[in-house]
Amino acid sequence: MDIHALQQIVHQTRDARRKQTIAKFSPADRDQLIRKYHPDWRASAYRPIRFGPNEGDKTVVELATLLEGDSSLDDSADLTPHHTTDVLVIGGGGAGCAAALHAHGAGAKTILATKLRLGDSNSVMAQGGMQVSVAPEDSPVTHFIDTLKGGHMHNDHDLLKVMVEEGPSIAKWLIELGVLFDRQADGNLHVKKGGGSSKPRLLTCSDYTGLEIMRVLKDEVINQKIQLLEFCAAVELLSDEDGRCTGAVLKDLDNQQHVIVAAKSVILATGGIGRLHIQGFPTSNHYGATGDGLCLSYRMGAKLDHIDTFQYHPSGAVYPEQLIGALVTEGIRSEGGQLVNAKGERFVNELDTRDVVSSSIIRECEEGRGIRTMSGRVGVWLDTPLLDAEHGPGTVERHFPAMMLQFERFGIDISKDPVLIYPTLHYQNGGVKIDTNSETNVRNLFVAGEASGGLHGRNRLMGNSLLDLMVFGKRSGLTAASRTGSITQGKLTLQHLERFRTEAKKHGNVSGVISPMILPAYTRKAG
Amino acid sequence: MNQEDINVIDQPEVLKPRMVTIDISGKKYEVPEGVTVIKAMWYAGQEVVRGVGCLGGFCGACATYYRTKDDPKVRTCLACQTAVQDGMSFTMMPPFPARKALYDIQKLQDPKQDLFNLYPEAPLCRNCNACTEACPQKIDVREGVWKAVFGDFQSVSEMFMDCVMCGLCTPVCIADIAPNLVALYVSRAQGVHFTAKPARLDTRIKEITDGRFNDEWRKILAMNEKELAEYCATVK
Repeated sequence: MDIHALQQIVHQTRDARRKQTIAKFSPADRDQLIRKYHPDWRASAYRPIRFGPNEGDKTVVELATLLEGDSSLDDSADLTPHHTTDVLVIGGGGAGCAAALHAHGAGAKTILATKLRLGDSNSVMAQGGMQVSVAPEDSPVTHFIDTLKGGHMHNDHDLLKVMVEEGPSIAKWLIELGVLFDRQADGNLHVKKGGGSSKPRLLTCSDYTGLEIMRVLKDEVINQKIQLLEFCAAVELLSDEDGRCTGAVLKDLDNQQHVIVAAKSVILATGGIGRLHIQGFPTSNHYGATGDGLCLSYRMGAKLDHIDTFQYHPSGAVYPEQLIGALVTEGIRSEGGQLVNAKGERFVNELDTRDVVSSSIIRECEEGRGIRTMSGRVGVWLDTPLLDAEHGPGTVERHFPAMMLQFERFGIDISKDPVLIYPTLHYQNGGVKIDTNSETNVRNLFVAGEASGGLHGRNRLMGNSLLDLMVFGKRSGLTAASRTGSITQGKLTLQHLERFRTEAKKHGNVSGVISPMILPAYTRKAG
Repeated sequence: MNQEDINVIDQPEVLKPRMVTIDISGKKYEVPEGVTVIKAMWYAGQEVVRGVGCLGGFCGACATYYRTKDDPKVRTCLACQTAVQDGMSFTMMPPFPARKALYDIQKLQDPKQDLFNLYPEAPLCRNCNACTEACPQKIDVREGVWKAVFGDFQSVSEMFMDCVMCGLCTPVCIADIAPNLVALYVSRAQGVHFTAKPARLDTRIKEITDGRFNDEWRKILAMNEKELAEYCATVK
């Protein structure tokens, strides 16, 4: 059937649905739903890691293979440094920029290396906002509780307390740098309610929150004259004889040469794994989201946490083909956008946590109440025109200009017609285990942002990622900078790699891949 | 017909993509119609390192010039957001050496005047409107440059909230203005110098430093797993 004919049921049922309220799931029902439909519970997609710090722990096959993968370096690689610095930040997204700015601000000589350009990241795409408890009826404690519930009680309490308590001062820092958060008439910060939150807590810059923050941070990194190494991908870390991190080997993607950086501390802010397309899912992630930081730190002996759990954002576009995987922001649901199956029925409280909403969409589709596209994809409707019906014409266009434009390019007016969505691989809930200073169990190796694990438990709450990036970017930067006076530059060796290779050999060298992946292999091989 | 057969979007072009001929940087390739410009390059066997970023239309890495069949007009787009069609020619914009002024945004004394020191070319706009036509985000860039020059920083900051910093407005400027960089400066200055301070945020920061929530924290953090779960269930 023509797409417009199929959309009719959404228009026809809109008025009846408007009055309807759907209760959130009880904890027991929610657990049952997730165990049955959430991709994290698909046992066949998982296997135990054969060796290393997380030996025996299960993760998705795609990641396990990369973690066991070999380095591209040989033992005799020349490690004469091209650059020597106090702090080396690897990654140019939100966490990397925040880390570099704070390390530099604290007086440390700082280099920021990134495999694409400064700012090319998932951070720039964050549309929903940043959770900070500023409303009088809200508090950091409530923020803590909401996050804990969202994370199924698996969150690291220490990390979480630090994040929620530092939220307001981070907001202040960003405002002082010129970030234009939405305001109320009285000048106070406007807060929106996000999925899984009991209080309105999302700071937004229309639906460009990540873009606005990143424009400002990038500009500031350049104004502060922080040394940049763009198009330089980290391919290996360096360690001294005591196993402490002492630098990294980068590969210049323009000329394929190695760039050796000696550093007193290294901060990995390399982001997530969406581009591994685990379980065949499309992804909302940027081009470089290949989990490089996980592989690099794992070989160094850093322990990973919660790497069996991933977030599937409920609303990835399924149609048109060009937008597959692209996010349809949660803000639409925050403002009342409803999810509707092929029969014109709602089937979940749209503001439940992401894992619950995603699981129920998968349930609808598996039980035959989805809408299929001719390319074999399936999805449910997100009733975007409902926003204009509820809050007046022009609401969608005013509040979601980025989305309007994105679909308009393909001739779709989302203020008039619903969009077809299905969960898309969005976020790595776990990552490298860190302490409250963002340091791993490897001395002088820090990990900040999505690459780190523990904070979000088994499901990250909407709006907590931008805050995570800023808070732990800052803490890693400040801690690394504070050490520069007291430590001397350690030797540059690959001893950790020798140990790793010995173990890999014991387990039969079965991985067969070189890691990190750096970029996904999308280029079609001729013939 | 059963339920499932009814609920299928019938778009045959999606099922079996027609192959079209396009021209990538001067060379002809056959690619499936309707894929994005970036995907067409991958399909043509090209490795793309520079020119791909977020793949979501936000980072501005994939600024591209293109022309459609028999149309002399060269247009601009973001390669991850634009579908190819038969007869299309395109090439990615190489990194353009625009000059970014360096400044300490917090220490500016007179941001509206400082604009002319930092970007002395800004008032030299000759109104050709090429920047506006080049903007893939449909920002009225030319209007923004004029508003910046006349000191209407607030309007500029609102107009350029959609700016992905792709820089397509820059090479077309006959006055050598980099409008996106001017707007970035103006927006930051607007935020730092001309926007009300959110009083309640300072109150909250002080509450945290003064330990207003300490009792609540102690209570929560002393709970065992079961108590905490029960407490969480009461917060709605």
